[in-house]
Amino acid sequence: MNLYMQAIIGGGLIGLSAALLLLFSGRIAGVSGILGSVVVGAWGRRAWRVYFLIGLLAAPLVYGLLGMPAPQIDMTINNFVLLLAGVLVGFGTRLGVGCTSGHGVCGISNLSWRSLVATLIFMGAGALTVYIMRHGVV
Amino acid sequence: MGWFEMPPMMYGIVGLMFGLGLMISGMTDPSRVLAFLDVAGDWNPLLALVMASAIAVALPAYSYYKRRGMLFGGNTLPLPETRTITRPLLIGSAIFGIGWGLSGICPGPAVVLVGSGNLQGIIFTVGMVAGIVAHVFFEKRVLGNKPVPEDV
Repeated sequence: MNLYMQAIIGGGLIGLSAALLLLFSGRIAGVSGILGSVVVGAWGRRAWRVYFLIGLLAAPLVYGLLGMPAPQIDMTINNFVLLLAGVLVGFGTRLGVGCTSGHGVCGISNLSWRSLVATLIFMGAGALTVYIMRHGVV
Repeated sequence: MGWFEMPPMMYGIVGLMFGLGLMISGMTDPSRVLAFLDVAGDWNPLLALVMASAIAVALPAYSYYKRRGMLFGGNTLPLPETRTITRPLLIGSAIFGIGWGLSGICPGPAVVLVGSGNLQGIIFTVGMVAGIVAHVFFEKRVLGNKPVPEDV
């Protein structure tokens, strides 16, 4: 399977998951919101979020069982920067109420300007950060 | 009450599909995500195709849902109605973008990487959870907001 097909099929599965969640439960497939609610102790009727997260966690196992090779992971940054990046992602997605899935996929699919603006900003900030890290400041 | 109510297990299946989609599409490979964000370098536009494909499937579902006005189960749940572009939205998204640009990891892939037992994914996720907790304190102490209950 070439990279284009992978992008289309993988993206299609993400979209299908978001579509099923919406049509059968009215919920938004936004991982930062789902994780955030679980972390701050939203249980009980909100147990669906825990199931969704278990499904995400199980993906590598199922991926392997389907006989597909584990995707490559190589990261060049040190663990301290990695931890800091995690803090920024956790804090920023909660303050901005959404991440790549909630704003980028679901929000844009919902034709929300707010989500489109959020997506352009986090992509722009991401591109700028990579630019500074890789190509130096101007 | 409608004819179909999604049993809890189904949410696991939906989450699993989401995770497999992230893995197949390359979103769980930080180096590929960074290559997408590196517009001035050897730019890899494939992740734009991932997002476009996801939207191509999800957008008709959202349109259909809004036209129909209810779920397949017959219940109604309103979609988020906040449409205003606020300062927290802009600042939060910028902060998220910086973290994403540093690491190449966003929340969905982070959880999948934890599932694969990847140490770096675990370190990132520990930070991410700390950031989520920090946000709760920030809302309460700095902004003086009461925690807003999420939807059911």
